[in-house]
Amino acid sequence: MLLFRYILRRLVLLVPVLIGMSIIVFGIIHFIPGDPARAILGERASETALEKLREDLGLNEPLFLQYVHFMGNILQGNLGESMRTKAPIAQEILPYLAATFELTLAAMAFAVFFGIHLGIWAAWKQNSWFDLALMMAALIGVSIPIFWLGIMEQYLFAEKLGWFPSGARFNHREPITAITNFYILDTILAGNWRGLGDVLRHLVLPAFALGTIPLSIIARMTRSTVLEALKSDYIRTARAKGLNDFVILYRHALKNAFIPILTVIGLQTGSLLGGAVLTETIFGWPGVGRYLFDAINNRDYTVIQSGILVIAAFFVLINLLVDLLYAFYDPRIRYS
Amino acid sequence: MRRKGMLLFFALVLLWVLAACGQQTGSKGEPGQGGTAAPTGGTLIFGRGADSTALDPINVTDGESLIVTDNIFNTLVDYKPDSTEVVPSLAKEWKSSEDGLTWTFSLQEGVKFHDGTDFDAEAVVYNFNRWMDPNHPQHKGDFGYYAYMFGGFKGDPGHVIKEVVAKDKYTVEFHLNFPQAPFLNNLAMSPFGIASPAAIEKYGEKFGDHPVGTGPFKFVEWKKGDSITLEKNPDYWKKGLPKLDKVVFRSIPDNSNRFTALKNGEIDLMDGLNPEDVPSVKSNDKLQLFLRPSMNVAYLAFNTKVKPLDDKRVRQALNMTVNKKEIIDSFFAGLAEPAKNPMPPSLWGYNDQVEDYPVDLEKAKSLLAEAGYPNGFETDLWYMTEPRPYMPNGQKVAEVLQADFAKIGVKVNLVTYDWSTYLDKTGNGEHPMALMGWTGDNGDPDNFLYVLLDKDNTRTPDAGNIAFYVNDALHDLLIRAQRSTNQEERIQLYMEAQKIIHEDAPWIPLVHTTPPIAGIKEIKGYIPHPTGTESFENVSIEK
Repeated sequence: MLLFRYILRRLVLLVPVLIGMSIIVFGIIHFIPGDPARAILGERASETALEKLREDLGLNEPLFLQYVHFMGNILQGNLGESMRTKAPIAQEILPYLAATFELTLAAMAFAVFFGIHLGIWAAWKQNSWFDLALMMAALIGVSIPIFWLGIMEQYLFAEKLGWFPSGARFNHREPITAITNFYILDTILAGNWRGLGDVLRHLVLPAFALGTIPLSIIARMTRSTVLEALKSDYIRTARAKGLNDFVILYRHALKNAFIPILTVIGLQTGSLLGGAVLTETIFGWPGVGRYLFDAINNRDYTVIQSGILVIAAFFVLINLLVDLLYAFYDPRIRYS
Repeated sequence: MRRKGMLLFFALVLLWVLAACGQQTGSKGEPGQGGTAAPTGGTLIFGRGADSTALDPINVTDGESLIVTDNIFNTLVDYKPDSTEVVPSLAKEWKSSEDGLTWTFSLQEGVKFHDGTDFDAEAVVYNFNRWMDPNHPQHKGDFGYYAYMFGGFKGDPGHVIKEVVAKDKYTVEFHLNFPQAPFLNNLAMSPFGIASPAAIEKYGEKFGDHPVGTGPFKFVEWKKGDSITLEKNPDYWKKGLPKLDKVVFRSIPDNSNRFTALKNGEIDLMDGLNPEDVPSVKSNDKLQLFLRPSMNVAYLAFNTKVKPLDDKRVRQALNMTVNKKEIIDSFFAGLAEPAKNPMPPSLWGYNDQVEDYPVDLEKAKSLLAEAGYPNGFETDLWYMTEPRPYMPNGQKVAEVLQADFAKIGVKVNLVTYDWSTYLDKTGNGEHPMALMGWTGDNGDPDNFLYVLLDKDNTRTPDAGNIAFYVNDALHDLLIRAQRSTNQEERIQLYMEAQKIIHEDAPWIPLVHTTPPIAGIKEIKGYIPHPTGTESFENVSIEK
């Protein structure tokens, strides 16, 4: 019951956050210089055509009215139409969202798996050469620019060694039928194992580039929290009882050290969602970052507005999910 | 400890397997269908910078959409593969009446749309009625190019086409309100691809997602933001064509990444090659370089309404200071040709007898002195910051011109605005001199000379003639050329027009760029078209 009330309270708190976000998004994009009507119709458009388009798009209305219409539509689940392609955004954005989720999840799976294991290992072997090397690597990992890493990966693993493709989600010579737009799922549903291998291969380089920073952060966080735990009495007790190393580390130490790690995972997942733009550009990944980037170039106001709002909403939702997980994991959090 | 090691080991093995299986599936540069021995046409993967907006040709204006639709649709008449000369396509022959008001086209017989319906005169009538009549039930959208090329829509005062009628199953007649010289050239433009009326009725506003034409390739699938797949039309009406089984248009926004994908064998052909990557294409024995013939011009326009640029001698003097060859070598990586006329040499009617102003500082100084400015003068030179197809780096070119002008005592201050402000302000005539350029639409000289230099186009706020150059003799020539349907006569008129423009020097014509395209060696039969839009029907991949 308490958990339920906690969830409800958190959900209600979302409303003002989302409204505030919508106002900021709406305000910012209306100050981008340049006339959207001219950007859409091109250099040769006549003044009458421009005027007609402004009229059609409601650009002549007062800002306040434009905002009211915008919110009215959003509340009905209508994200509007792209000014450029005339397609409904809610429908158009789905494949892009799927692409970004697939990449983000792969990057996080990679970061969490390696981050936690390496972190534990480093803690266990504290001050060994392994620990030192790993902490050095993690320091480099957090400070390395994603675009540089991505380009280096492409150069080394795609161009020189030819192990992995330099970009895209699948091999365009053997296209994949999109069902859910999550290609891992789609190939499994279709029983296309060769296609699955292909999709996984295409995920490796971008997921590595995107996952490097969270991996380093998770590894460092895991190391320090596990170190903390290893110093505590209950671990000493566990050791005294003669439990083996694996049980001590993974059952006892990690369990208690997990909350801060969970925070990092949550925050990083959220920021990856929005921050995948660079990775998506470098690896020709048709994700939501690319969708927004193109929209900004084309001054596609409606897409920019709704797209940013969708991403922001996901960011908030993921944070909410993490908070709920804490509460679930450690009931003490609910009461404070 | 052992399980942890196992996990890591397992992860590494997985990575290795993935890498290895990639090498087996042949994604490392096997063009065509990896491994199949049968003599199939293979797949061509074309890499470009952006996705299409829609695939209904009449409703789009961007090149990325039109290059796809050009492979799905045929137009009534077409351009030659390497120039803008008009040749038969869905119309096998045509004639026009003496007064140029009636055009009769005989159509190819037995042609079918991809949905199996017949192509005939009624289909042509349907398409034109849809485009030109705002009351047509399927006239949904902007139809921008139709209005632009044919003077608006039915009912507008400048509208060219009065009506289109089917005389019999394979003959169609166009009745015009008044003669339009570039009429045939206009009909050959990709936006006027003939679509299946049945499919338009079926899909309505969604036709742009389900394009159905008579072209060499059929639409298969569009993964938005990623790729568009077309497959061979086995019943194509041109025998033996197309040669390829499939064409995939893939968008990779960054030029360098696209080039990496090409070197890596993930794509076969790419446009938007960075000029600095040209040498590495030339030195790579797996690749070949194509140059798209120019259909553009970059120029410096003098505002002839502003002192002292209203004096012809001053403009001629400035023309004599610029070394175009040097600009091309420094800022266009050699991939352009110097311009001496306002239109590119790939167009018919180009006057090659016009001789460019030679670089002659002494003569220039004396012309300036004659005009009353022995010590030069000071003014502003505007340039654009945004790279354009005809001008990759406006600022650098502006700096060179600044230095050149300084040699005869003319001091210019460089001025710039963001692109859309730039267009607004130059269209309004607020500049003394400004860099600008133009890419042709239909390969007719009218589309350069009249649009850019006729007095009709000096109307603010969106003047096309930003030199605000007015010459009545030129105007007469251009209007006569517009009304004439005699090609020989038109050529003579345009030749004459270029002489007048050269003498009056309202511009410094700078360059015509030839955009570079790179592809794998195995590509045969690919001819880049000056309009930037070509069909791949003749292309094959031969190993």
